[in-house]
Amino acid sequence: MTEEAVPAPSRWRPVWQEFCESKTAVLALWICSLMLLAAVFGPWIAPQNPYDLTQISFFDSRLPPFSTSPDGPYYLLGTDNQGRDMYSAMLYGLRTSLLVGVSSGVLAIILGVSLGLVAAYAGGGVDALIMRIVDFMLGFPTILVALMMLAILGQGVEKVILALVVVQWAYFARAVRATALSERNKEYIEAARSLGLSHTRIVFGHLAPNCMPPVIVIGTMQVASAISAEATLSFLGLGLPITEPSLGLLISNGFNVMLAGLYWISVFPGLLLLTLIFAINIVGDRLREVLNPRNAK
Amino acid sequence: MTVFLIRRLLQTLAVLFAVSLVVFVGLYAVGNPADILLPDDATEVERQAAIRSLGLDQPLIVQYGLFLKNALSGDLGRSFVYNEPSIKLILARFPATLELALSALFIAMVLGFPLGLYAGLHPGTRMERAIMTGSILGFSLPNFWQGLMLILIFSIGLGWLPSSGRGQTGSLFGIETSFATWDGIRHLILPATNLALFKLALVIRLTRAQVRETMPLDFVKFGRARGLTERRIVGVHVAKTIAAPIVTVIGMELGSVIAFAVVTESIFAWPGMGKLIIDSINRLDRPVVAAYLLVITFLFILINLVVDLLYTALDPRVRLGGKS
Repeated sequence: MTEEAVPAPSRWRPVWQEFCESKTAVLALWICSLMLLAAVFGPWIAPQNPYDLTQISFFDSRLPPFSTSPDGPYYLLGTDNQGRDMYSAMLYGLRTSLLVGVSSGVLAIILGVSLGLVAAYAGGGVDALIMRIVDFMLGFPTILVALMMLAILGQGVEKVILALVVVQWAYFARAVRATALSERNKEYIEAARSLGLSHTRIVFGHLAPNCMPPVIVIGTMQVASAISAEATLSFLGLGLPITEPSLGLLISNGFNVMLAGLYWISVFPGLLLLTLIFAINIVGDRLREVLNPRNAK
Repeated sequence: MTVFLIRRLLQTLAVLFAVSLVVFVGLYAVGNPADILLPDDATEVERQAAIRSLGLDQPLIVQYGLFLKNALSGDLGRSFVYNEPSIKLILARFPATLELALSALFIAMVLGFPLGLYAGLHPGTRMERAIMTGSILGFSLPNFWQGLMLILIFSIGLGWLPSSGRGQTGSLFGIETSFATWDGIRHLILPATNLALFKLALVIRLTRAQVRETMPLDFVKFGRARGLTERRIVGVHVAKTIAAPIVTVIGMELGSVIAFAVVTESIFAWPGMGKLIIDSINRLDRPVVAAYLLVITFLFILINLVVDLLYTALDPRVRLGGKS
């Protein structure tokens, strides 16, 4: 979700310049980009494929960080219970966490923005119905609804994504509707109407692009919260299956041996997860300041 | 007002009915609990007997009808694992969860209010930026990992506090609580802190926003004109003005804290509702899962109703019933 800030069309250029005034935010954006690259190219960077049983050696299990195995491989961040290189496992975990976070965010944006726009543009009964559902959804904590859904659906990547979309779309719908209500009465919409354009074209071609600033801010924050929620659910044993370990699952595996003093199995994936979420939130917070019309200079 | 309440009541019933249907059908689509409950060497005859005694041989619609009929008389089924009424199991664990949630909110207030006050009074200072960045860190910190780190540092590393269970509870004014014994309080500190940090950022940001809204108001200027010390203005008059809305908003967070207690309870083996639901999901103890989901839905509808009513009481501009 970090690419939005890149100045492609000229109207974003001032936004980008103002964004860069905060050094912390630029650093956070760098960290996000680095993580994204690490996730995409993870399988090529990682010293081993941690889920290929032929590549891991059981004799190397539970090695502390910075150890070299008698057989040769060097384990920067140690190994887990099964002799898996933690650094490789974290790269793969990061990949899964980002995949779930970003794809649920994107799907929630598509669903939420569409419904929010339709509600604002159509008004009347359609609006009342959609907003009723939105209010209802927002009345329940994210983690609870996701937990309920996964208790019923069971584990799986697509099920976690589905649960996260269901808990997130309402935030986008509410924000977009609020913006669209004020945009709806502006001249350019009237102009589009008088040209005889279809409703679909007016809503998605003309109204939608002008409602994007709040979506970008909320989208950034929601990706962070989705990554965190997925990790939490996986930690509780309700999210991803053992075969598709995200950072949350790695932390959970480490928890079981932490009491025996093997701290690194839990601590390092946690630090990575924290850094990722923290960086995304810093970027989001900065975007909020920059894109908020009230703060405009 | 009456119209609003009646409408809300009907909505509540409709939602509960829908949730019960979804929960029931959804839960019965996964696995057969008889396979989990019976020992591996059970014979086919024993298996059939177990299925019959659990009522699992009836068609789904009959099972659901029975479930609904019993639910209306307050019976949400017996736990497959504990062989006790599931509603009783859940309610028996509610006090532990409530105790944890209230302690967490208390800690969040005690830590967050002064920090937010400071940040609001000193905008633009280095300390204010540190507090605000810290609050982003606060809500970025995955709650469960933060709990693990608390255990790693304070239980394993320093050995100061116990990391699991509720400890010894005692009776205080006739209520069974951890506050009554020192052992109970020691067990409460880590889980309550874990849950509190989750809301700390909210308290800080809310307090800061309230302070910044209040400081330019006339009564603060009058206070200054009267020659009151800045300390007295902030400590007494501003604090009094902003306390009510902050306490209200934090009170409304009680529901979300109870929901998030699921995570904390699992980490610290706190014997509350949350740990029960996670254990029950993993053991496919359907009656307990179904009952929990219905109870929690009901609880939240209740909380949201109270929140709506509170909003009207606090802000007369909000009108109930009318448009919605």
